[in-house]
Amino acid sequence: MNEAVKEGIKPITSRHDPRFEVTLYRHVGVAGSHTLAFYLAHGGYQAAQKALAIKPGEVISEVKTSGLRGRGGAGFPAGVKWSFMPPVDGRQRFIVCNADESEPGSCKDRYLMEDDPHQLIEGMLIAGYAIQATLGVIYLRGEYYHAYQRLQAAITEARQAGYLGQNALGSGFPFDLILHRGAGAYICGEETALMNSFEGLRANPRLKPPFPAQAGVYGLPTTINNVTTIASVVHIMAKGAAWFAAMGTPDSRGIHHVQLSGPFKRPGVYEVPMGISYREIIFDLGGGPTLPVKAFIPGGTSCPLFPFTDEYLDTPMEYAAVAKQGSMLGTGGIILIPEEKCLVDAMYNVVRFYGHESCGKCTPCREGIATWLPKMYQKLLKGLGEPGDLELMESMVTNMRGTAFCPLADACAMPVQASFKHFRHEYEYLITHKEPMYKRNTWWND
Amino acid sequence: MTELPTIKPFFADKQALVQEILGRYPEYGRRSALMPLLWEVQRAERHISLARQAEIAEILGLTLTEVKAVLSFYSTYHEQPVGQYHLQVCATLPCSLAGADELYDFLVEELGIVNGETDRAGRFSLQKVECLGSCTTAPVIQVNDTYYERVTRSRCKQLLAALRQGVLPEPWRERGGDSEGAATSSSGGDL
Repeated sequence: MNEAVKEGIKPITSRHDPRFEVTLYRHVGVAGSHTLAFYLAHGGYQAAQKALAIKPGEVISEVKTSGLRGRGGAGFPAGVKWSFMPPVDGRQRFIVCNADESEPGSCKDRYLMEDDPHQLIEGMLIAGYAIQATLGVIYLRGEYYHAYQRLQAAITEARQAGYLGQNALGSGFPFDLILHRGAGAYICGEETALMNSFEGLRANPRLKPPFPAQAGVYGLPTTINNVTTIASVVHIMAKGAAWFAAMGTPDSRGIHHVQLSGPFKRPGVYEVPMGISYREIIFDLGGGPTLPVKAFIPGGTSCPLFPFTDEYLDTPMEYAAVAKQGSMLGTGGIILIPEEKCLVDAMYNVVRFYGHESCGKCTPCREGIATWLPKMYQKLLKGLGEPGDLELMESMVTNMRGTAFCPLADACAMPVQASFKHFRHEYEYLITHKEPMYKRNTWWND
Repeated sequence: MTELPTIKPFFADKQALVQEILGRYPEYGRRSALMPLLWEVQRAERHISLARQAEIAEILGLTLTEVKAVLSFYSTYHEQPVGQYHLQVCATLPCSLAGADELYDFLVEELGIVNGETDRAGRFSLQKVECLGSCTTAPVIQVNDTYYERVTRSRCKQLLAALRQGVLPEPWRERGGDSEGAATSSSGGDL
């Protein structure tokens, strides 16, 4: 337990709490913030100095104490992941940053990389030191060209300043970074697919075990973390684990970034303490909906949707609480679905996405998501639905659950199941009336 | 055996670049240079022809099939030339809720091409793509490498007019919430 909690101080679980400060996003949107000069003038690389002066194991335990969990969606405890690395045995070890952000509804990492690339570099250096990996890889999705240019320039600056290289920060620890661009494939966000892609292979996921710590990039010990996870480490080192752990709940500590899309009055990315309620996020930060809303997706399209009711709005943004309600905290991409949007059509959009991004390796995913499920949605939406179709679709998604190699099939099946659970009447209406319950199809402004 | 046209090799006079790209990766991880080499060709020629694929295979000691297998996996590498302005419209849910489907229909109407096509003059090509990470500033069009965010109907007309004049406008970088830079060290932003 961290000191703040032990002393009985109330943890921060609201943006209204005067103790809350925007930290990871403090430079985002600020002119010139991508340069080394700016970063240094605002305390840059001091956290790395601090980290590299203590033992690697001490850095890992600091991160463990902070309670930081993976911010790429899965929420695995970061410090625990780091401790899976085998003992140093002379083989090359890798720290990989998963910057293949492509879950619909998510864009938090893009701004972090465009506007504060040195923060990520500093985080990579600290993470690399903690697990004694002398090479870091940033696997960046190909479409983020602006972020690519910013990161490339920042890496060059950091090398010239001696923050990267044979003697990083003058600590004696050698560390360098490889910036690698993807080329448009959501599956590369899956860590083993990412490693294959980086190695110049087709990005099909690998069988686990062996896990990356045992056999990762080029078969060598590897740890993979999301951009926001890595950037959080900088501040955990700078401000201490207790600072981070004083926010959120025992299950979910620290900060997260919610990305508000759909009909919000104030859409955007907001840094929030864990444990904040969806009501506070949607109404206080996002300004509430601009149209009547019937549902919201709590964390990117792979997270099952919630009806827009008090029960779900009052759920705290916490891994366990969201899971209890049947969904996931995910990447924090919150999408509002307006009342007048045909829910079946909205789900078809989601299914089409996963179908397009299926790598085709496993039968349930290739035949289910990439082939038959979208065809069933098309059939329904064309007014050709028949009795028995819904049961067939339900059996298809049930058979996809847990039967594929990687989580992509589940990422599609779970939201579809949730849409059946909460909005079955819209599917049924479509079959009975041969037309959607909501026909509005104009959403483009001016 | 595939007959390949004899054209000047792309990397013939770019040996320094090839060495720089290979040098980014460890000796045993040379194959990692495949994607960056594909990117070099595509940026210069707007597609990666079979001859270029064979050339890259040669550099890396791979077969043409291995190169093609990787290239064809990804949606942003092209085997046929795309237009001078390659318009990529995000069609995923957050963009769709902001009108991306109508935006796409508008572009089809204006340009006379559909998803995957290039116009006769080779000026415009159109591709429906998946999430571009501009969800909070939807809808978005990516022209070549540049993002244009919050593309309303009038702004879409404006963008097309500029492109038709041969001008690629400065990126429209839109923001919202803490990404606007409203966050300060003392307060929680706009609360």
